[in-house]
Amino acid sequence: MSDLLNIAGKSYQSRLLVGTGKYQDFKQTRAAIDASGAEIVTVAIRRTNIGQTAGEPSLLDFLPPDQFTYLPNTAGCYSADDAVRTLRLARELLDGHTLVKLEVLGDPNTLYPNMIETIAAAKVLVKDGFDVMVYCSDDPIMAKQLEDIGCCAVMPLASLIGSGMGILNPWNLQIIIANANIPVLVDAGVGTASDAAIAMELGCQGVLMNTAIAAARDPIQMAGAMKKAVEAGREAYLAGRMAKKLYSASPSSPTTGLIS
Amino acid sequence: MQLTINGKARDFAVTQLTVAELVLQLNLEGKRLAIERNGEIVPRSQFANTLLAAGDQLEIVGAVGGG
Repeated sequence: MSDLLNIAGKSYQSRLLVGTGKYQDFKQTRAAIDASGAEIVTVAIRRTNIGQTAGEPSLLDFLPPDQFTYLPNTAGCYSADDAVRTLRLARELLDGHTLVKLEVLGDPNTLYPNMIETIAAAKVLVKDGFDVMVYCSDDPIMAKQLEDIGCCAVMPLASLIGSGMGILNPWNLQIIIANANIPVLVDAGVGTASDAAIAMELGCQGVLMNTAIAAARDPIQMAGAMKKAVEAGREAYLAGRMAKKLYSASPSSPTTGLIS
Repeated sequence: MQLTINGKARDFAVTQLTVAELVLQLNLEGKRLAIERNGEIVPRSQFANTLLAAGDQLEIVGAVGGG
């Protein structure tokens, strides 16, 4: 079966994208990512510790670049300028790698995206040759504008980052999906497997999550659950669900041949 | 000369320093990193022939876990 996720000219088997933050250690990070089956993993760009002991392991030692596609993010950036600067550093860090996750935040309490700055950054990055997957509000007009700018995927929130509140506005997501000619992925807010399945049943091309796995009591088991949920939701979407009706008066068992 | 590295002032007892030499002095050799000097990225291929000047502002970054 070849139902692949296509992003910026590359195909992926897995529709689950995962973050690498909030784990106990790199070993657990790797085990959870292996259990999730994810091929695309997000990383953050931060100042290097100066004076740290040489030879100390780094995240990339546990996630070799030949086995995973990195998606450097701009987490923590509150302006277009900072986001662009961060991703230019990421491109240099990762040897010219152009696939990136743009997120520009507007508020430190909710981590809600600042769409004005996000759009400004997206314009610069697309012009500069980046393949931009963009975290955004679930506003259909914003999503369309980001597509028109040339982003390679839009990633509306299901609910706030790290909240685990699930999909709060499936109707907006459906409008975004119906209008989009690029992949739509849910990014942020997924709390458990059913949330991921619902996102996929709505027609999302993929789901990106971090906390739902990392903050589970057993992250590795949850990573496996998310893998199945994304696959199940995708298959259900492709299969086409039955119509909802209040009642049908059409039993599944024969109405004849009953004993009397 | 004094440089500001990742927001902190640091003194180096030399009059000439390239980016490559700085990386060595900071024990960062062999690590995957990217460097910005006064807001401009210094490509890795240019580390050896980029001379730093007193007062330069440097950002040295790497990849860490994130969502």
